[in-house]
Amino acid sequence: MTRAPRIATEAQQGYTFSRRAWLLGTAQLGVGGLLVARMGWLAIAENERYSTLSESNRVNNTMIPPRRGWIVDRAGHPIADNRTDFRVDLIPDRVEDLDRTLALLQKLLDLTPEDLLRVRADLKKAAGFQPVQVVDNISWERFAAVQVRQPELPGVAPTRGFARNYPAGAAVAHLTGYVGTATAEQYKATKDPLLVTPGFKVGKDGLEKTLEKQLRGTPGAKRVEVTARGKVVAELATRPDIPGKTQKLTIDVGLQEYAARRLGTNSGSVVVFDCQTGEMLAMVSMPAYDPNSFSAGISHLEWQMLSANDHVPLMNKVTQGLYPPGSTVKPMNGLALLEAGVSPDERIFCSGSLRVGNGIFHCHKKRGHGPLDLRNAIAQSCDIYFYEMIRRLGYDRVAPIARMVGLGQKFDLPLATQRYGTVPDSAWKSRKYKSNWTVADSLNASIGQGYVLANPLQLAVMAARIGSGRMIQPSLLADHVHSGAAALTVNPDHLRIVREGMWKVVNGGGTGGASRMYVPGIQLAAKTGTAQVRRITMAERRGGVLKNASLPFKLRDHALFVCFAPADNPRYAAAIVLEHGGHTVRNLDSPMIGRDIMTWLFDRDLAMKSLAEVEPTWGGDIRTRMAAEAAAYRAANAAETEAGLGTETDAPAPTAAPAVEAVTRARNANADATPGDIANTGGVAGTTGSPDTGTPD
Amino acid sequence: MSRTSIIPAPLARLPWRVLLTITAIGCFGLVVLFSAAGGSLRPWALPQGVRFFVFLFAAVGVSTVREDVWRRAAFPAYAVLVVLLFAVELLGAVRGGSQRWLDLGFIRLQPSELMKPAIVMACARFYDMLPPSETRRFGAIWPPCVLIGIPAALVMLQPDLGTALMICAGGVTVMFLAGIPLRLFVGGALALAIAAPLAFNFVLHDYQRNRVLIFLDPESDPLRTGYHITQSKIAIGSGGIFGKGFLNGTQSHLDYLPEGQTDFVFATMAEEWGLLGGIFIIAAYLMVIRWGVNVGVRAKSRFAKLTAAGLSTTIFYYVAINLMMVMGLAPVVGIPLPLVSFGGSAQMTVLLCLGILMSIDRESRRKTGW
Repeated sequence: MTRAPRIATEAQQGYTFSRRAWLLGTAQLGVGGLLVARMGWLAIAENERYSTLSESNRVNNTMIPPRRGWIVDRAGHPIADNRTDFRVDLIPDRVEDLDRTLALLQKLLDLTPEDLLRVRADLKKAAGFQPVQVVDNISWERFAAVQVRQPELPGVAPTRGFARNYPAGAAVAHLTGYVGTATAEQYKATKDPLLVTPGFKVGKDGLEKTLEKQLRGTPGAKRVEVTARGKVVAELATRPDIPGKTQKLTIDVGLQEYAARRLGTNSGSVVVFDCQTGEMLAMVSMPAYDPNSFSAGISHLEWQMLSANDHVPLMNKVTQGLYPPGSTVKPMNGLALLEAGVSPDERIFCSGSLRVGNGIFHCHKKRGHGPLDLRNAIAQSCDIYFYEMIRRLGYDRVAPIARMVGLGQKFDLPLATQRYGTVPDSAWKSRKYKSNWTVADSLNASIGQGYVLANPLQLAVMAARIGSGRMIQPSLLADHVHSGAAALTVNPDHLRIVREGMWKVVNGGGTGGASRMYVPGIQLAAKTGTAQVRRITMAERRGGVLKNASLPFKLRDHALFVCFAPADNPRYAAAIVLEHGGHTVRNLDSPMIGRDIMTWLFDRDLAMKSLAEVEPTWGGDIRTRMAAEAAAYRAANAAETEAGLGTETDAPAPTAAPAVEAVTRARNANADATPGDIANTGGVAGTTGSPDTGTPD
Repeated sequence: MSRTSIIPAPLARLPWRVLLTITAIGCFGLVVLFSAAGGSLRPWALPQGVRFFVFLFAAVGVSTVREDVWRRAAFPAYAVLVVLLFAVELLGAVRGGSQRWLDLGFIRLQPSELMKPAIVMACARFYDMLPPSETRRFGAIWPPCVLIGIPAALVMLQPDLGTALMICAGGVTVMFLAGIPLRLFVGGALALAIAAPLAFNFVLHDYQRNRVLIFLDPESDPLRTGYHITQSKIAIGSGGIFGKGFLNGTQSHLDYLPEGQTDFVFATMAEEWGLLGGIFIIAAYLMVIRWGVNVGVRAKSRFAKLTAAGLSTTIFYYVAINLMMVMGLAPVVGIPLPLVSFGGSAQMTVLLCLGILMSIDRESRRKTGW
C-alpha cells in the first residue's frame, strides 16, 4: 500500500482516470450482461412456469353448482325440485371494507336493519372461505344492480343459481329432509371446492341426506377472463353441469299432503302402505318445519321456536317416535291365540276387572263387556279377554307372531334414523333386567303396554301384513320395491277371523264406528288404540278417572289407529299415531283421520270435502297455521338479540336435535318404569283399551 | 467539418448516433405506454411524447452551452438545490406529511431529481479545483463526503431511499474516478456491509424495511407487498422470447401488474415484446452510456472528464436499479426507467444529462479541431 505511486501530476491523474473509467465501463457492461442473463432466465428457462401463473391470473375458473336431482312421487309429480334463484353472498375473506360494502348493499338490495344484523352475526361465525348469504330469491333488477357494481365490491358474489323447492312444504319435511350449505368440517374433510361454492347445498336430513350421492350431480365450470379486481372481461368457455339423477319414490304426494293436512293441529304421524307390494304411499310426521325456509337457512330464533315446541316438529315421529302400541296389537294377539290353538268361539266373561295375584287389572269398560268371543273381543277391544287368554298362554307364545307382523323390526329403507322398539319376552327380560318374566308383564304386554314399544312404521307394516297376509317389505324408492312377498306362515283361516274382528271394529258396533267409510262398496277394517303415559292411582280410580281434556298435554294418552281397506280384499293399509291426542276432539281423533285418509285413496273429492269442513275450525291449512305460530312466537320473544337473527348454521339435523333426543329418552324411561309400578302398587296401571270417547256407539 | 454539406455545420456536429438511439428508446417507450393505456394515446403516451420531444430539443439547445458555464454553475446550482431541498422539507413539516416537490405553478419541481446530476458536477468541480498533489490527502476526501451527505440526508428524510442512494452513488462514482485510493472504497464497502444491518434496523422506515424483506423473499407475502415483484416476474417470464404481441399483454391490461406505466413499465414492455424487446432497451442504453463514458475519456479538462463519466454513470444507475428491481434482483425502491416510464422528472434529468454530455462532447471536438 505504501508503495502505491502517489498521484502528483495531471498526467498521472489522467492516466488513473482512464484506467478507472475503463473499469467503470466494464462493470457497466457486466451489469448489462447480468440483466440480459436474468431476463433470459425468466423468459426462457422459467417461461413455462410464469406463463401458467399469468394464465391462472387471467382466467378464473368458476364452478357451476350442479342442479340437484329431483325427488318425484310415484306419478312423477315433484316432491323436491329446483327453482331459479338470484342470490347475493359475501365471501368474508375477500371483503375489504365491510361497513362500506354493507352500506352499499343495503342501498342496492333494500335490506332491512334486521337483515344487516343477521349478516353481521353470520359473518362473525363463518370461516373465511364459507360464503355468507346476504339475500336470496331477489328480482333480476336488484341482482343486476349488484352485478354492475361488483368491481367496487370485493367479496360480494352475486350468483344466479338454483334453490331447492319443496312444493308441499312442511308436509314432506320429514320425508325429504332439507338441504343447506356444507359445514366447515365437511369442507375440511374433502377439500372439495364445490362445497364452498356460493349457492351449493348438500342434503342435511331425510332422503336429501341419504340419497346425496345420487342427487348431487357433477358441477359445471365457467372460464372467464377477469381483471385483478375481479371484474369479468370476457367469457371464454362454459362446461355445463350434469344434474343429479331424479329419484322416484313410491310416495303419492297428493296423499302425503292430504294426510299432513288432515292431521290438523295434532302432533302425529301417518304411514300408508300399498299392502300388496309394501310400497309406502305416505309417510307424514306433523307438525314439521318448512324445508323451504330451512334450505334457505333459518334464523336462530326460528330454530329455538321449533326446539321448544312440545309437538316436537323436528322429530320424524314415523321412525323415531316409539309408542306403546296399546290396543292396536289386539288383532295380532288374536292371531297368536288362534295359532296357539285357541278356538275363536271360546268366550271369556268380562266383569270389568281381573284379579291376578294381589293386583287388580281393569278393563277400559268399567261395567264390563259380559261374555265375549275372539271377534267381539277385538271389536270391543276388551282388555279382560286378552288378559285372561294370555295369562293362560304366556306372552312367549305371542312375541314370535308380533315379530312376524313387523313389531321390533328394522326395515331396509333410505332413512337416517330408525328406532325399532321392543317386543318383550322372558328371554329378553332376563337378558335386559336380569329378572324373571311375571304374569303382570304378560298382561301388560297383551294390551300393548308395559315393555312393548313400536314406531308408527312398524304398526303400519303390522296392519299391511295382517291385511294382505303377506310378508311385505316396506319400500320408499320406486326402483327398490320388494315385490312378490311370501305369504305369512300362519293359517289363512286364522287371518280371516282376525280381519273379521277388525271389520267389526268399524262396521259391527265396535270401538271404531267413527271411522266407517262413506264410499260405496268400500269398507274399512281397523283397530283403535290408546296408550297411557301416566299412572292412574287407586285414589283417582275411586274418584273417577280424570278425563284427558282436563290433563296437561304431556299427560294425555296417545291415540293410535291401524286399518286396511277394502276390508274384503285389502289393498291399502295405514297406521295413525297421535301423540297425547287423548281422544279429546272428535274430528281431530284418529278414527276419523284414518277414515278420511283411506277415503282419499278411493274417492278424493269426498275426502277433500270432509277436510274442507273441518280445516277452518282449527285455523286453516298448514302454511297459514305455521305463519301464525311463527308470528306469535316472535311477538312473545320480542327482545330479539342479534344472535337470534343470525342464521343457524351449527344446528344438527332436525331428527338428531337435542330436543328430539330428550323427548325420546324421556319416553323410553317412562315405558321402562310402568311395569314395575304395576307389580308394586297392585295393578294401578294397564287399564287402557279403547275408550269410547269420540265414538258414537 | 470542412466538408461542404447542405446540413449546417452546428447541426452536422451533433452526435447523431446517440440522438437517434435516445429517440428510439423514447419512441419505444411511447409505444409501450400506448399499449399500457389499452391502445390509447391518453392518458400517458401523448403527454409523454410531447414532453420527450420538448426535452430533447432542449437538450440539443443545452448542448450549445460552453463547458465553462457548467464549471462555473456547478457550485451555485448545488447550493440552490440544497436550499430547495430544505424548503421542501419545511413545507412538508408545515403541511404535515412528506413531500418531494415544489409547486412552481407551471411545473412541479422535484429538487431531489435535479440533485442527481448536480451532485456529480459539484464533486467534479471540487476535484477540478483540487491540486493534483492533494488527491491522496484527507482534504480530498471529506469535502465531497459533506457535499454528498447533506442532500442525501435531506432526501432520505423525505423519505426517498432510491433517490438518496442514487445521489450517494453518483457522488462516490466521481470520487472513484478522481483517483481516491482504492482501499478506501474497499474499506467503505466493508463498512457498508457492517452498517447496512444497523441502518436496516434503525434508519429505514417500516415500509422500506418491508420492501427489503419482501425482496429477499417475495413469495412470503404474495398478495401484499411482494405482489409487485411477483406480478412483474410473471409478466416478464410469461412474455418469453418474442412476447405476447403488441396490445396482447394480459398482466398489464387486466391490472395484475401494478404501476405498469411507471416503475414497472419494463415488465409491461417485456410481456408484449419479450426478451428481444428487453435486449433492445438494455443494448440501446449501454450504447448511450458507453458513448457518455467515452466523451469523458476524450474530454480535455478534469472537470469535463469527471462530469461526463459521472453523468453517464447516473444514467446507468437509473437503468440498472430499475431493471434489477423489476426482475427481482433488487428491492422495490421506486426508481423509474428513464424515457420509458411515464413521468417528466426522470425524463428531464436524463435529457439534461444528455445535453451536458453533448456540450462536453462538442467542446472536446472543437479542441480537437483546432
